[in-house]
Amino acid sequence: MNNEQLPGLYIHVPFCGSRCLYCDFYSETDTALIPAWLQALEQEARIYKNQCSAFDTLYIGGGTPTVLENAALGSVFECVNRHFNVSADAEITVEANPQDLTPEKLRILKACGVNRISVGVQSFNAQDLHFLQRRHSVAEALRALELIRSCGFTTLGIDLMYGLPEQTVEGWLATLAHAVTFQPEHISCYQLTVADGTRLAELFREGTVALPDEHEGAVFFMVTAQFLEQHGYVHYEISNFALGESNRSRHNQKYWHHVPYLGLGPAAHSFQCGCRWWNHKSIQRYCQELAAGRLPISGAEVLTEEQLHLEALSLGLRTAAGVDLLPLYQNQHVASLLPKLLESEYAQIIQGRLIPTRKGFLVADRLARALM
Amino acid sequence: MRHIRNFSIIAHIDHGKSTLADRLIQYAGLVDQRQFRDQILDTMDIERERGITIKSQSVSLPYTSRHGESFELNLIDTPGHVDFSYEVSRALASCEGVLLLVDAAQGVEAQTVANLYAALEHNLEIIPVINKIDLPSADIERVKEEIEAELGLDAEEALLCSAKEGIGIEDIFEAIISRIPPPKGRPEEPLAALIYDAHYDTFRGTIVSCRIFNGCVKPGDVIRLMSTGVTYKVEEVGYFRLNRVAQKELVAGEVGYIIAGIKTVGDTRIGDTITLDANPASAPLPGFKEVKPMVFSSLYPIAADDYQALTDALEKYKLNDAALIYQKDSSAALGHGFRCGFLGLLHLEIVQERLEREYNQSIIMTIPSVQYRFLLRNGEYVVVDNPQYYPDPAAIEKSEEPYVRATILIPERSMGAVMNLCLERRGVNIKFVYPTPKRIEITAELPLAEIIYDFYDKLKTVTQGYGSFDYEFIGYRDSDLVKLDILVNGEKVDALSLMVHRDRARSRALQICERLKEEIPRQLFKIAIQGAVGGQIIARSTISPFRKDVTAKCYGGDITRKRKLLEKQKMGKKRMKMVGSVEIPQTAFVAVLKSEHE
Repeated sequence: MNNEQLPGLYIHVPFCGSRCLYCDFYSETDTALIPAWLQALEQEARIYKNQCSAFDTLYIGGGTPTVLENAALGSVFECVNRHFNVSADAEITVEANPQDLTPEKLRILKACGVNRISVGVQSFNAQDLHFLQRRHSVAEALRALELIRSCGFTTLGIDLMYGLPEQTVEGWLATLAHAVTFQPEHISCYQLTVADGTRLAELFREGTVALPDEHEGAVFFMVTAQFLEQHGYVHYEISNFALGESNRSRHNQKYWHHVPYLGLGPAAHSFQCGCRWWNHKSIQRYCQELAAGRLPISGAEVLTEEQLHLEALSLGLRTAAGVDLLPLYQNQHVASLLPKLLESEYAQIIQGRLIPTRKGFLVADRLARALM
Repeated sequence: MRHIRNFSIIAHIDHGKSTLADRLIQYAGLVDQRQFRDQILDTMDIERERGITIKSQSVSLPYTSRHGESFELNLIDTPGHVDFSYEVSRALASCEGVLLLVDAAQGVEAQTVANLYAALEHNLEIIPVINKIDLPSADIERVKEEIEAELGLDAEEALLCSAKEGIGIEDIFEAIISRIPPPKGRPEEPLAALIYDAHYDTFRGTIVSCRIFNGCVKPGDVIRLMSTGVTYKVEEVGYFRLNRVAQKELVAGEVGYIIAGIKTVGDTRIGDTITLDANPASAPLPGFKEVKPMVFSSLYPIAADDYQALTDALEKYKLNDAALIYQKDSSAALGHGFRCGFLGLLHLEIVQERLEREYNQSIIMTIPSVQYRFLLRNGEYVVVDNPQYYPDPAAIEKSEEPYVRATILIPERSMGAVMNLCLERRGVNIKFVYPTPKRIEITAELPLAEIIYDFYDKLKTVTQGYGSFDYEFIGYRDSDLVKLDILVNGEKVDALSLMVHRDRARSRALQICERLKEEIPRQLFKIAIQGAVGGQIIARSTISPFRKDVTAKCYGGDITRKRKLLEKQKMGKKRMKMVGSVEIPQTAFVAVLKSEHE
């Protein structure tokens, strides 16, 4: 575990203007619940403030944090600042929906110390946006990105999705090309995944929606990596690209390197001292528990050494940092497998670490399975 | 003795044998409603699940007749599969009569006929019973005609019942006492008791089930098993109710158990005669034969660490299954294990399943083999049942394989298909007769190797379930044998090797390559599967590697979810065997056993 690093603070804003077809993150569309949630958040922060107070990353995610009115958004930051000590050079990220971004909102975010805006663009193709049931249009996305730049935010992140029905590789490359014209410091590219309980899952089961097969998926992945690398991006995690090393998401890397983090809000996860816990996936329940003076924890697990090792392996193989080589030699089968992995170009050894190649990234789950 | 009846129930599978037994037991008042459960005599899970009886079970039913006379009716339940035909014959030899059960809707079927023959061989009184008369599809008149035409029995004497509904049960009891003769036997003569089964009890050792033909036996007697000459002192004798009930003695005509400090079931032989050491019978009862294993296969723990546990499990299992033989074996691919001999393929499956379920062992079995004989150039004969010990081909003068004479009973309309099946399986001297109109009895000489895998299943398929067969060993014949090896990524998996007739090598190799292709999951690397005879590749298949296998997102809750999945896969990996860098699941070894599948 990486306890020498300062922990990260995550705040889950469980509200959205509308539900997207594919999303399985917890959120509600009933904005009337916002005041109660804010009050509960204040309670939760108050309980935790004595246990962990100093953070060097803050990530406001959701949901859609930008659906909050300017005043509510301000209250979230006030709450954080009242109870926690977020260091001066902290990375402070807010996830945003293009439609919500106004000059006024961006001014407030800037004033609150936000230095990283992560925009859920998903696609620059109108047909794709319609399929995904996104609220925003292509034009709104373009306007929002220009606005962010003009407001002087130095770190811009764009989230995109590939492997959509009807999407061609050419269409996807066009979206990528569009994205890089804004020179975003960070780009996340996720393959559309069918998650249980989503409308997409229903359509998929009914057979109304067809998604790329394994080989097509692999092609999307490869062209994405090649294209972005040509444009100066570092492929530092399966789905994440940074324009130069310094623009990696410091906060998200904490998740992947077992650095402690505290998550506030419904459904938020926390990790500290080998223990992971998560909050109730219900605003009502979350508020009830806190009103009664209890933490809104729904479940927790204390990880054994073996479990930590397993996680480190599977998470490490998803990043350009790879995994420590030495422990792998403790298992005879694994050790005998290593030369084959190198020979087949799934991984390389650099400074005592096993680093997955791009081809290795493509089968990261399989690699973890083989190496455990 | 006048008040004893010894009988068995015989039936085609699913015609309601266990249900009728349940009903008779209930009627006799041996269990109350609370203790009752279906298939009460089938104590093993595997028997209940498959709806078959593996071990014989007996139960004594007290019965008071309509005329007020008290009787002791001994029901001897029998196993119902060709692998156990010898056990069945010994159980029948212990009876004077049988209830021949026929389903009122299905009518006379193959096993009904085969069972009838077995009963006739023992000169038993046969009471036809038409069961399931409550079914809407019951057609009693048609079934009666079949009983007359196909079984040659008087249909007027057939009883009607519904075991499920409890209809006609008293009539069955009355028929048993009026139509089945009481046992004969002379209590004053020296003891002669037939062993028809033996069970192991943790506290008491072996419980011998026997029928007393002559004499009597009581605690304190010194008995002798006539085939081995070993003597034991009797501790307890008694009747089977649902539990054992000790008696002062067992006398001629009775069925019961003897406990005599016999350590394992393997110390007794089914069909052997028990007599008194001090006053022995002049000759054993007829029909005894040593049961010899016909099918051989090796058995390995999936995880090498479990070898000791498997050793213990086999030792324990063997206490209750005299027919299983085993010795140590080892394989380059699978490590240490055991070479085992079985009565047949069902016996093999039962042993495998019981080791897995009752003894918690995760095992891999190799492709079953028969015993082949090789005459070497130096004049020496060797018997080989394990492909690992296949002699150097250059040293072989000639090879021989065991043949059996199979007797197959089928409806006339399946004739063509069954003839083809016999020819396909290298059958020779195929002959047929009509025992009754519309029914054909085929006899054929077949290599044993051709029938041990799936012959019975195939026969069932091509005859829509109406075919039955039995076989007897007739000797060794010259054969052109080869050893077929299976290679995974160029590495020989010795556990998948087999000895096979040259003409069948290619098709078997192709089959195995295809089955392995279906069963081995895709992995990080390309997997080549090859079948080879003497270094020459005769079949191959390829499993392409994964192109993409990765989760797109991994944040907060995804991490726990993902780890749990990996933990599950890690457990699954314990059921995999590594051959080089290839993970072969246990199911692949099992799938290869189920040879043909179309």
